[in-house]
Amino acid sequence: MNVAMSTPTPAEHTLVAVEMAGVHKWFGQFHVLKDINLTVMRKERIVICGPSGSGKSTLIRCINGLEQHQRGRIVVNGTELTRDVRSLDAARRDVGMVFQQFNLFPHLTVLENCTLAPIWVRGLSKAEAEMRAMHYLERVRIPEQSYKYPSQLSGGQQQRVAIARALCMNPKIMLFDEPTSALDPEMIKEVLDVMIELAQEGMTMLVVSHEMGFAREVADRVVFMDDGQIVEINGPDEFFARPRHERTKLFLSQILR
Amino acid sequence: MKRPAAESKAAAPPRRGGSLAADPRFRAFVVQAILLIAIVWIGWTLFENIRQNLAAQKIASGFGFFGETAGFGISQTLIPYTEESTYGRAFFVGLVNTLIVSALAIVFATILGFAVGIARLSRNVLLARLAEAYVEVLRNLPLLFQILFWYLAVLGTLPGPRQSTPLLGAVYLTNRGIIFPKIGLEPGSGIVFGALGIGFLLALILRFLQRRQMLMGSERRSFGWLTLLLIVGLPALAFVLTGAPVSLKWPELRGFNFVGGARLNPELLALLFALSTYTASFIAEIVRAGVLAVPRGQTEAAFSLGLSRRTTLRRVVAPQAMRLIVPPLTSQYLNITKNSSLAAAIGYPDFFYVFAGTTLNQTGQAIEIIAITMAVYLAISLATAIFMNWYNRAIALKGA
Repeated sequence: MNVAMSTPTPAEHTLVAVEMAGVHKWFGQFHVLKDINLTVMRKERIVICGPSGSGKSTLIRCINGLEQHQRGRIVVNGTELTRDVRSLDAARRDVGMVFQQFNLFPHLTVLENCTLAPIWVRGLSKAEAEMRAMHYLERVRIPEQSYKYPSQLSGGQQQRVAIARALCMNPKIMLFDEPTSALDPEMIKEVLDVMIELAQEGMTMLVVSHEMGFAREVADRVVFMDDGQIVEINGPDEFFARPRHERTKLFLSQILR
Repeated sequence: MKRPAAESKAAAPPRRGGSLAADPRFRAFVVQAILLIAIVWIGWTLFENIRQNLAAQKIASGFGFFGETAGFGISQTLIPYTEESTYGRAFFVGLVNTLIVSALAIVFATILGFAVGIARLSRNVLLARLAEAYVEVLRNLPLLFQILFWYLAVLGTLPGPRQSTPLLGAVYLTNRGIIFPKIGLEPGSGIVFGALGIGFLLALILRFLQRRQMLMGSERRSFGWLTLLLIVGLPALAFVLTGAPVSLKWPELRGFNFVGGARLNPELLALLFALSTYTASFIAEIVRAGVLAVPRGQTEAAFSLGLSRRTTLRRVVAPQAMRLIVPPLTSQYLNITKNSSLAAAIGYPDFFYVFAGTTLNQTGQAIEIIAITMAVYLAISLATAIFMNWYNRAIALKGA
């Protein structure tokens, strides 16, 4: 926990946010994650790509315990994820997540979506929680929609609310699971812009995405996964210019036209 | 491709050979005219048939029978009734009996149904399997069978009044029903009820303050004990201070039966058990379906925000599940009311048995009584539906 308390210094960049060592996971007989080793530093931005079914979503869902790994070690912000519910709670409090399908709560207003967890988990007062929510809604540029319900918003707006909702918990790490895949093309940019800003402010981010422009612009490292394994990890320039593995080359040739 | 009406009108009448039979409008007119004549004829025949039959049997129609003496006894009367009372009185005795068994069955079926439905979703395999077995057994056996089962095979096999041994000193389970001490209210008991009311009020205020405090974010303290003290302690104190203003009338065995105590008839119990447990199996499925229909992403989003399982269920899943649960739940409530008329099979004096049964037999006023019976069940069902629809609107998704 002293990681979180220390003042931000350049040295902090070397501290570990997420460590995955020898992680395996099975869905029944299906081996989804095979010996995953990945260390993410604080303030690092990782983009994970790969063909569908390669285990990228499962990988980031393991980090906040939505999926449980069966072998190996996952340490999030100094807390190892175990079967113990308290370790999960501790990890989830530091990790925000944004989903492909937004998953906003349809029975709550935008503002209530953002205040629910701060009130019930952090114990904030309603007024404090609303102030914080408005702050983040302004940052994602939709404060004027705060009294609407999710169904009244466009996909891009909903996804920005989802980002604000996660930020209201002041997470130290943000996970994005294909945040723009369910959006119409003209809405992708507004969401990516918010994510780029977030990256520039130094948020630790793990992004599952096929937005290669985004990866080029903000990623510190790009992870390529196939068949449950991490095939290649490299800086974006190297990754796109000189992919080392055949599978990476094939994948890139398919998505970059 | 449908053409707009005006266009088709203009384009339609290229009559072949001027034949009226080929004109769709003319044909439609003829068909409708024939239908109208048929309906009028059927209605008139029914009316005339009834009039002639009533005249032939010398039955005067009308509602005068309501004021006549009923002359039959009813085994469960929650409002004063004797054999000398009128049919009108009997009507209300039956109605109250139907309403009481329906209301109680609705409450019990809802509690049991929600419990079983949630148990079926439990991660505890044993509990989930038990709940599943409950649902499959109860919903697949005819309700009439279940009523008779409770009446004959369970309650009917209890010992007679003379053989029964009391539970907790004074509750007798017998084949004549459950007999227990009757609580009589003496002067001063009003103060105890007043204290109970004040206790509830204070507890509500406390809850409101606590909620506000939570919203203000100040320190959260549990007021569970204080609430309990207010609701239980305050009336208890009043009870002691006023010198226990109640009298217990203990049941005593005289001859072959008990006198003095209060009694729940086996007919009421059997009907209530059967209706509640049977309907609960359907409600359990409705609840399970409602909870499962809330997308998995909702729970995942709640978990990833750090909400506990409990808070997720209460604040995220339940509000969304209730919207799916309420409309089919309303149907089950209506079924309970209507199914309560199976009371006739075991002689529970419900509305149908008393009114459409005995009263109809004795007065012969079939038309009036059947019409009133239909109107009464319709009224109860509509009232239930109106209330549930109001509730459904109150919890409906806003802004959708």
